[in-house]
Amino acid sequence: MLALLKTVVARDLRLAMRRQADIVSALFFFIIVVSLFPLGVGPEADLLRRLAPGVLWVAALLATMLSLPRLFADDFRDGTLEQLALGPQPLAVAVFGKTLAHWLSSGLPLTLLSPLIGAQFDLPADAVWMLVLALLIGTPALSAIGAIGAALTLGLRGGGVLLSLLVLPLYIPVLIFGAGAVDATAGGLGAQAHLSVLGALSLAGLFFAPWATAAALRVALE
Amino acid sequence: MNNRLLNWFKFASPQSFFPLAGKMIPGFWALAVIFGVAGLYLGFFVAPTDAQQGEGYRIIFLHVPAAWMSMFIYLVMAFWAAIGLIYKTRLSGMMASALAPTGAMFTFLALWTGAFWGKPMWGAWWVWDARLTSELILFFLYIGFIALQAAIDDPRRADKAGAILALVGVVNIPIIYFSVKWWNTLHQGASVSLTKAPSMAQTMLLAMLLCALAFWMYSVAVALMRVRGIILERERNSEWVKQQVTMAAAGR
Repeated sequence: MLALLKTVVARDLRLAMRRQADIVSALFFFIIVVSLFPLGVGPEADLLRRLAPGVLWVAALLATMLSLPRLFADDFRDGTLEQLALGPQPLAVAVFGKTLAHWLSSGLPLTLLSPLIGAQFDLPADAVWMLVLALLIGTPALSAIGAIGAALTLGLRGGGVLLSLLVLPLYIPVLIFGAGAVDATAGGLGAQAHLSVLGALSLAGLFFAPWATAAALRVALE
Repeated sequence: MNNRLLNWFKFASPQSFFPLAGKMIPGFWALAVIFGVAGLYLGFFVAPTDAQQGEGYRIIFLHVPAAWMSMFIYLVMAFWAAIGLIYKTRLSGMMASALAPTGAMFTFLALWTGAFWGKPMWGAWWVWDARLTSELILFFLYIGFIALQAAIDDPRRADKAGAILALVGVVNIPIIYFSVKWWNTLHQGASVSLTKAPSMAQTMLLAMLLCALAFWMYSVAVALMRVRGIILERERNSEWVKQQVTMAAAGR
């Protein structure tokens, strides 16, 4: 089972590295969305500092969403998914591996990029570190929950829009606690509670979501 | 026991459920009207004026039952979805998709009446309070469910995909209910609780419960009507539906 997990993660990462343009364009999408906000609301540093956590998190949600449709689509088209479903190992394990690979190629780069954008919004240093930490803890949940939506909309017409309709409401708790952690730090309060909830959401998401995703994939494969 | 079990599963087939639903619908409509008239009469003519909120509070008799039903219907929908996934009964999936529009309607009604209530009481149509926000999320979940089912052509796949989505979304219901405790905000605490005495006059409570019952009966009636429509649509190639339709056409 562990071998399958390793193989799937390594394979998906290799595929992602062969298409670096996809990763980079999602990152630039993230940067562009975030950069639009100062242009929209004005360049006052105080206002931007207040907005930064929420804006960054919303942009992170959208950027993650952007790469979700491809999570299963290629494997669905070339039959890999069917082989994984037919294999003796639980499909959920393969899904878990794909979720991890998705996080490594979308959530993690976003997290690494975020200090730069935090600095752009004039966040104080401790808030920037909290932002990185919150994104690091919270983005796995985005990949895990998003996988369910990607599996449900696999092969449907208008899949992308439908995917955002299904997945974005489920992202709201992550958004609240992720942005809340940064807000709390910027306001001088401890972010311990927020981070704990965020961690709980990620762990629960990574544990339970693959089963739902696997069930949805089997429905799509029928 | 064995005999009863047989009877129970008999109505899991759309063919035998169709006439049963047809017989039940007028009863539920009648109950809905009776409870509705009684509840609204009590609420608008008998219940005393609120000491703090004046007459404006009377929208509670629509607002609270609608909010209750919006959550309750989602639970019922998830229940039928789960039954459909476990037992692979066709009717369960049809029930789930028949309930969704009614649930979405009640969610919208709760938000709408809430806005009308909030304007005079808080001075704002909308505040970003936990309960309002989670009710809005619930509305999005209903819309997502309906949109997902609408996007899938094969009804069997639509049922299963919708069922998985409903079960994933049902995680949201406890968040709605406990959000009042989690985030402490502008919205007043729950007015009715099972553990402590209600903080409102008896007549008000009675009127609210009657309205909730009316909404409940209405939901059942409408869901049954809709499920009959779905049955006819999905089974249109079967012999009994053709017979039913010719009989209905001859009867008129």
